[in-house]
Amino acid sequence: MSAVVDARGLSCPQPVMMTLNRIEALGKGVIEVLVDTDTSMENVARLAKNKGWSVKEIQDEGTGYKLVLEK
Amino acid sequence: MKLKNVFASRWGIIAVGALIGVLATLLQKFGNPPNMGICVACFERDIAGALGLHRAEVVQYLRPEIIGFVLGSFLSALLFREFRPRAGSAPIARFVLGVFAMIGALVFLGCPWRAILRLAGGDWNAILGLAGLAAGIWIGTLFLKGGYNLGRSQSTYPSVGLMMPIIMLGFLAFIFLNPHIPGEPKSGILFYSLKGPGSMSAPLWISLAAGLVIGILAQQSRFCTMGAIRDLILFRQTHLFGGIAALLVFAFLSNFFLGQFHPGFQNQPIAHNLHVWNFAGMTLAGLAFALAGGCPGRQLFLSGEGDGDAAVFVVGMIVGAAISHNFGLASSPAGIGPHGAAAVIVGLIVCLFIGFTMRHKSA
Repeated sequence: MSAVVDARGLSCPQPVMMTLNRIEALGKGVIEVLVDTDTSMENVARLAKNKGWSVKEIQDEGTGYKLVLEK
Repeated sequence: MKLKNVFASRWGIIAVGALIGVLATLLQKFGNPPNMGICVACFERDIAGALGLHRAEVVQYLRPEIIGFVLGSFLSALLFREFRPRAGSAPIARFVLGVFAMIGALVFLGCPWRAILRLAGGDWNAILGLAGLAAGIWIGTLFLKGGYNLGRSQSTYPSVGLMMPIIMLGFLAFIFLNPHIPGEPKSGILFYSLKGPGSMSAPLWISLAAGLVIGILAQQSRFCTMGAIRDLILFRQTHLFGGIAALLVFAFLSNFFLGQFHPGFQNQPIAHNLHVWNFAGMTLAGLAFALAGGCPGRQLFLSGEGDGDAAVFVVGMIVGAAISHNFGLASSPAGIGPHGAAAVIVGLIVCLFIGFTMRHKSA
C-alpha cells in the first residue's frame, strides 16, 4: 500500500506532523512525501528513521524533493 | 543527491550551539551589553531606534550582527543551493505575530537567545522567562495538534526572496554613510545612543563577522530555540534541543572564564525581577513564535534563504519594537512599562484568535 503526503509550501512542523500522521495510520507500507525545502527534507528523513522506517530514495525535483519511505 | 549536510547532524547542531554561546559571550567581552552578546529582539529594537522609528535614547544602534545573520544565511543558501524564493502564507497574520512576539519579548527584556545567555550569566530571572517561553510554546503545540497552520506558501520571483538581503545591504550602507561621531546622538539619518545598552557595542567589523559566521552555520544547522522546545513537546525529539543545551553550557563556561558570571536575582543587567511579567511576557512571545513557526533568529535565517513570509515576521518585530517604546509597553530595569501588562493581555487574546481561527485539517 502506498500513500502520498504533499507538504509542499508548508513550513515547520507541518511536513513532519503530516508524515507522522500517515506513518501512524499505515503502520507499514510505502509513503511518498513531497516537500519544497532542504530543512523539511532533512526533518522528514530524520522522523522516518526515528520511527523505524527506511528512506529508500530522495529525488531532487528541482523545486523540491520527493522522499520514498518504506517499512 | 547533495552532499550530506554535516551541520544538520546531531553533533553538527551541538557544535553550532556551542559556537554561538562562545561567540555571544566574546561579543559581550568586546563591548556588547551585559548578558546581551546576542539578542535578536533587543538588536532589532536597537535598529528600530537607529532608524528613528522610536525615540528611546538608550536603545538606538544599527546592530551589524542582525545584518550579518541575514547576509550569512543568504550566502550559505546560495553556496549550498538552498535559496528558494517563496511567500504567500498568511503574511498579515505573520506580521501581527511578529509585532506581539516583540512586545512580549520586550516585557521580559530579551529573545529566547538572550534568555539563555542571561541564565548563562547567572541572571536567575531568566528561569521565569524560559518557563514562560516553554508555556507559550506548549500552548502553540495544542493549536498545532488541533490542525492550526498558516497555509501554504508559493514559490515566487527570485527578487521577492532577495528583498531582505537587499534591505540588510541597505542598512550596511547606512552604517558606512552615517558612521557614529563620538559624543553625537545623530549622524546623518541614523540615531546613536550615548548611554544605555544602545551605546555599548563590539567594534563594527567584529560584530559583522560574528553575525556572518553565525548566519552561515545557523542556516545550515537549522538552529531554532523555539523549534527545540516545540519538537521536544510535540514529538519527544531532542535534535534541536541539543543546540540550545550546548549554547547554555558553553556560554556559561565562557562567562565563567571571562569573569562574566554573576549569579542572583537582584541587580542583574538590563533586567527586572517582576516574576509574573517575566513569565507572561515570554509566554506571549513563545506562543507567537510557535504560531509563526520559528524563533526570531530562525526567522532572520529563513528570510536570508528566500522565505518572504519570515521576512514579514521580521518586519513585524521591528515595527513591534517601535510600538513598544512609543506606547510605553517595553520594560526597563525599573520594571514593566505603564501599558506593558495590558499589551501582554491583548497580545495573548490576538494569538488565541489566530490559533483558534486558522485551522485546516490537511491529511
